[in-house]
Amino acid sequence: MADWVWPFVLMTAGAGVTYAWRALGVVLAGRIDARGAVFDWVSCVAYALLAGLISRMILLPAGPLEQTDAAHRLLSAGLALAIFFLARRSILLGVLAGVGTLVLLTARSMAPG
Amino acid sequence: MAGIDRTGWGIGLSAAREALGLPALVMGASFVGFGSLVREAGLGLWLGLYSTATGWALPGQVVVVELYGVGASLLMTSIAVALTNARLLPMVVTLMPLLKEERQATWKYLLAAHFVAVTGWATAQLRCPDLPRKYRLTWFACFSGALWVVSMAGTAFGFLLAGFVPQPVTLGLVFLNPLYFMLVFATDLRQRAKVYALCAGAALGPPLHLLEPDWGLMATGLIAGTGAFLAGRGARGLG
Repeated sequence: MADWVWPFVLMTAGAGVTYAWRALGVVLAGRIDARGAVFDWVSCVAYALLAGLISRMILLPAGPLEQTDAAHRLLSAGLALAIFFLARRSILLGVLAGVGTLVLLTARSMAPG
Repeated sequence: MAGIDRTGWGIGLSAAREALGLPALVMGASFVGFGSLVREAGLGLWLGLYSTATGWALPGQVVVVELYGVGASLLMTSIAVALTNARLLPMVVTLMPLLKEERQATWKYLLAAHFVAVTGWATAQLRCPDLPRKYRLTWFACFSGALWVVSMAGTAFGFLLAGFVPQPVTLGLVFLNPLYFMLVFATDLRQRAKVYALCAGAALGPPLHLLEPDWGLMATGLIAGTGAFLAGRGARGLG
């Protein structure tokens, strides 16, 4: 099996289930209450799942981020949050601050000597 | 498109112009991160573009790449993406009545639904009520279509960029993914149940991943999410 087949299969399945929700939304539009308890639960599950992924990517990254220091990742994430709130909830500035911090800290620790 | 007159073109143009401002900048940057993630996961550029074109919901796309990286099964990956993106259903359900016009064919709405994502959805709530019904679908197609093009360009740019900048910068671009989602969540902390869900999910994610990478993420969502939902209900009942 070529290298690309398995990720292609996973991506196709991911796109399929994603579009299924969208199409079902068109079919059900006007027939169900989108503010009901079921959807509260649905959004809680999605929030928890993504929060779990975010903290796993920061604390226990799989792949390239393993080359970075855990303390550097935590510091960068903390700084991103701080700048975000200081800059009146600017996602752009927060992300830039966090990415910039990790790049500088990683560059310093990777530099010879 | 026969149904579009001069006013329609003008509305479409202004929709695209609005999309290409700040929304495109934030969205483009988040997809630059995704493009870098794809490259560093050892996948080809075309797979990244395929994912953006067909998935076009960044959280689910990142879930797929991350679960591919830890060797999760097809079933668990599908369930995790379905749980991540189930929020699209209520979004489409609430958006469609706003875009609906009697004379339009259903396939147009089925096509438009593919382009429903949080930015287009939120902006449509602001703009569409002021537009005549016959132009709303045009507005949405142009606004979201412009963002879709930006997302594709961002994915390609991030992939190419990760190939020739120094290694620390590439790692920073990959780190953009968790940072971006973390801050998106930090903008929306009004509902108590969602705050519980974020905290419980963040706490459970790493240990459940260590327990079993295949179903750890799905279990995190179901356990922490359901607990937060119940806690939120309980708190509301008492308050």
